[in-house]
Amino acid sequence: MIRDPKDLQRYTPQERANHWVVGISFILLALSGLAFFHPAFYPLSQLFGGGTWARILHPYIGVFMAFFFVLMFLRFRKLNAMTPTDKEWLSRIGEMVDGDDHNMPEQGKYNGGQKAMFWASVVCMALLLVSGVLIWRAQFSPPVELVRFGAVVHAVAAVAMIALIVIHAYAAIWVKGTIRAMWYGTVTRAWARQHHRAWYREMTGK
Amino acid sequence: MALQSLDIKQRSATTTPAPSVRQTTAVAKLIDVSTCIGCKACQAACMEWNDIRDEVGINHGVFDNPVDLTAKSWTVMRFAEVEEKGRLEWLIRKDGCMHCADPGCLKACPAPGAIVQYANGIVDFHEEHCIGCGYCITGCPFNVPRISKEDGKAYKCSLCSDRVAVGQAPACAKACPTGAIQFGSKEDMKDYAARRIGDLKERGFDKAGLYDPAGVGGTHVLYVLHHADRPQLYNGLPADPGISPLVSLWKGAAKPLASLALGAVALGSLFHYVMKGPNEVSKETERDVEKETEQ
Repeated sequence: MIRDPKDLQRYTPQERANHWVVGISFILLALSGLAFFHPAFYPLSQLFGGGTWARILHPYIGVFMAFFFVLMFLRFRKLNAMTPTDKEWLSRIGEMVDGDDHNMPEQGKYNGGQKAMFWASVVCMALLLVSGVLIWRAQFSPPVELVRFGAVVHAVAAVAMIALIVIHAYAAIWVKGTIRAMWYGTVTRAWARQHHRAWYREMTGK
Repeated sequence: MALQSLDIKQRSATTTPAPSVRQTTAVAKLIDVSTCIGCKACQAACMEWNDIRDEVGINHGVFDNPVDLTAKSWTVMRFAEVEEKGRLEWLIRKDGCMHCADPGCLKACPAPGAIVQYANGIVDFHEEHCIGCGYCITGCPFNVPRISKEDGKAYKCSLCSDRVAVGQAPACAKACPTGAIQFGSKEDMKDYAARRIGDLKERGFDKAGLYDPAGVGGTHVLYVLHHADRPQLYNGLPADPGISPLVSLWKGAAKPLASLALGAVALGSLFHYVMKGPNEVSKETERDVEKETEQ
């Protein structure tokens, strides 16, 4: 669907579908995982049919997410290569957070913050997958010291990942005109020019 | 697994006090390794009282039968052949839950009420609340709990909490033909042990002693060992057991800190929006783009 022929295509349908598969899996994993982490969150296990069902489903959803995350990683890894401009952008992230982005260095398809987010979630996903396998009692039984280590790594990486994704989702809400890129793939030219000037020029030749 | 009780000291994954109006005396089971003959009457009594029959296994060339604890075998005799001062010693240890005062299983358990510790010191699994995650195994310093392959629930020795609740001794203690398993208040058991240790010392076991490891706050299953300086001789009984620092970190500091951090990120985002406002495309940029597009 094209809302305005002048809009710029930011994501293909395949990229959007991949993102949502990963996103939905993440939400299910965060809710069921938090249930095992702190008693305050245990009632979340009811969303999955109780504690036992949450325990059974969580690792399978994890493997499912990891698979689609790898696909997404392969799609986007080149676009997320860090450049010196990104590093400059990151060093001045305070101005951005303060709400004044007019003097920020010119950005390509992704800014330094988005790229840092990308790589941090790749690290978290890798840690979660490996440590998750270690603590998957129903399937594996490695030496107990390894399981204990895995449990700590899994908890730390999961909390980091949830925090990252909260920031990721908030950034999309904060920067108006962004979420539509993940719904139907396009953004306005003005949006692109303001937030990703280099990408705007690349796309429009202006 | 026992009936509802009013003397619960700790309950897994519960942050408010458990019902604890009734206070009971701390109990203990004393296993005197020096008088155990390895007859396995305790194993038979355990399966009989709890009415659980394990699969009939195969002989592994040693007396250990079954070779390990299982979801259906809550206690097993572990036989060790050790040479001491040129003489063979057959060290037989009845293995099973130690009923720690500071239970690693309970600390690790994420399911509210799946593991409880009574005022008398017994650590009990309530399998109907168990979700089968196996965190109790991860938390246990003695490698005791086992997950059943049939129902996915964790099982271990209950110290016959159902018998103890009505003033009876555990089935294993009742069945022991040599008096190697004694049951009573923890104080009485320590006194009894002291007499046994004195006797052993007289007979040349100058390192005889009580196994009541302080690292887990003491246990409610005690051993009299002839070689209390080397508990590892008894099929790897840990010398200084304690809850792993990794488990303490995971189920201690990490829980409130991480929960606060996540709350702060979520609320921080909300208040950022409220205080800084949305990041919208400026009118100026919109005009610039219109001009550029017309060209």
